Amino acid sequence: MKTLYQNVFGGRSGMLSLGLLAAVIFIVLPLGLDIFRLNLVGKYLTYAFVAVGLVLCWGYGGVLSLGQGIFFGLGGYCMAMFLKLEASDPESTSIQSTPGIPDFMDWNQITELPWFWEPFQSFTFTLFAILLVPVLLAFIIGFAMFKRRVGGVYFAIVTQAVALILSVLIIGQQGLTGGVNGITDLKTLLGWDIRTDSAKYILYFINGGLLIACILFARFLLSSKLGKLLLAMRDKEERVRFSGYNVADFKLFTFCIAAAFSAIGGAMFTLQVGFMSPSFVGIVPSIEMVIYAAVGGRMSLVGAVYGALLVNYGKTVFSETFPELWLYCMAALFIGVVMLAPNGLAGVWESKLKPWLQRVKARRAERVSAPAPAAAEPSLKEAPAQTPEHSAPRRDGKVPPGTAAQPIN
Amino acid sequence: MSSNTDFALAIEGLTVSFDGFKAVEDLNLYVNKGELRVVIGPNGAGKTTVLDLICGRTRASSGSIKFNNRELTKLAEHQIVRAGVGRKFQTPSIYENLTVFENLEVSFPRGRGVWGAIAFKRSSDVVERVHAVAEEIYLSEELQLPAEELSHGQKQWLEIGMLLMQEPELLMLDEPVAGMSVAERKRTAELLNRISKNRSMIVIEHDMEFVKDIADRVTVLHQGKVLADGRMEAVQANPDVIEVYLGH
Repeated sequence: MKTLYQNVFGGRSGMLSLGLLAAVIFIVLPLGLDIFRLNLVGKYLTYAFVAVGLVLCWGYGGVLSLGQGIFFGLGGYCMAMFLKLEASDPESTSIQSTPGIPDFMDWNQITELPWFWEPFQSFTFTLFAILLVPVLLAFIIGFAMFKRRVGGVYFAIVTQAVALILSVLIIGQQGLTGGVNGITDLKTLLGWDIRTDSAKYILYFINGGLLIACILFARFLLSSKLGKLLLAMRDKEERVRFSGYNVADFKLFTFCIAAAFSAIGGAMFTLQVGFMSPSFVGIVPSIEMVIYAAVGGRMSLVGAVYGALLVNYGKTVFSETFPELWLYCMAALFIGVVMLAPNGLAGVWESKLKPWLQRVKARRAERVSAPAPAAAEPSLKEAPAQTPEHSAPRRDGKVPPGTAAQPIN
Repeated sequence: MSSNTDFALAIEGLTVSFDGFKAVEDLNLYVNKGELRVVIGPNGAGKTTVLDLICGRTRASSGSIKFNNRELTKLAEHQIVRAGVGRKFQTPSIYENLTVFENLEVSFPRGRGVWGAIAFKRSSDVVERVHAVAEEIYLSEELQLPAEELSHGQKQWLEIGMLLMQEPELLMLDEPVAGMSVAERKRTAELLNRISKNRSMIVIEHDMEFVKDIADRVTVLHQGKVLADGRMEAVQANPDVIEVYLGH
């Protein structure tokens, strides 16, 4: 617990794990994968934003939200609305009975752009809305819940209900939202075609950069007194309250930050995948997002990213071969992680592999200082190879730099 | 409403009922500035409930609690703390995940809002204060230890230290020596006598020897009411007190 805590805070090992993650995202994956697969990884990485937010609000803050899809979806929809309006210029929609409005509105006999779509013609407004709309909703939900000291399971259920309500609302209002199909046929961003391979490369790198920025921002928060207070609150909420802190404010803040991260992920999802639909808002995607954080390690910002990559990779592989088995596999994975490794892969790394590596290093150092220096060299190479099943995925970082990449190749 | 007084704490007509059961009934209690008051009484007498009422953990059904002539019954818990009331819980309530130093640092009364907490810096005055308090609570050597590794008695001291960081004017301790060894009890009595010099204190305790060591005045609670009040010798000689409490 203690070492894990320090690790996330940075220091040498913290920078190392982040540097490794950056190398995987910016060098290993782009070099190793074709653009189709890289675009897929880019999509997975948008979920990592949600997982990083969950590390903050669930791992540290102790607030489990089963409704992060709400914020992911809202961020994504804000971006999609802007792109859809740009794609629906009067020339390309001239065959519609009302040219200049999105096609699905025309199919639903809507003849005028609804009022809440109007401001999304402005890119600046859209950028603000991507962050502010989800954060505002998170603030309202959080304010209502935390001020009344609703927490734990009850909070999780409420967020899940909101996720369900929002997805039902989006599906029901087909003329305004595109309904169950979502908002599709997105073409350009300020005249720049996002469907080309070069755009996909650029968007992938922007996405990776934003993700690293979010992780750094989260680390900054966690390394401040706020981070200690979150841990303290999870442990002894009463003590924090009776030390003069308004506990609800801190939970509310963390929940809003997690919502903002999710929204950025959602917007990047829309840009990279080219559409947004209610299937990313409801209960199932929201729970899947929690699983990413749980598998990666809910106390590790970097671990959560690997969790998102791994689970999604597994999902892609499984759903291509045994589509009907995937949900069972994921459930088994979640139960297994919760029961066997409550701190996920990052926890396994910290509690099992790191001490083991240190022992190996210590033994090596002994041999170096004692008889033959030549013996040290091979032992270094042998050591990881002795237990390939462990060391292959997690030799240097928290989790597999290679696992997500190599098998795809 | 009650009028202003010179007391640090003036409780008047305080009543709380849980589904008709009156845990505290029409209680009047006055604590002077700088006084160390010990509250004793049999189990279920309402001792802990009184502390809960003062610090806002439980809301009063009626009555008034005035701290330096400021009404506390309407304030939120964190506002009561900021007004200068510190409270230690019965079981040691510390942050096991943090080090002793961090436990004390987090209790330093600065940067209590969200933005303040983000901007909070471990400046020299914080470090000095942490070291001064650690010295006081006999934990100077343990500052870098995770709090979960402390002994039970040290955890109790740490929680007292966390309260001292806030320099409360009124300090309330719920059974501070429960589960302590004889040696630890003695050191705790010394600690309490030292820290009570410039503040008012309310201590709940069962250990009569310990009470004798620290108390200025003793209040005996019984079934939510004050049974007796006064110096230790006088209270011990009170036939009612012997009947309900000491005699058994």
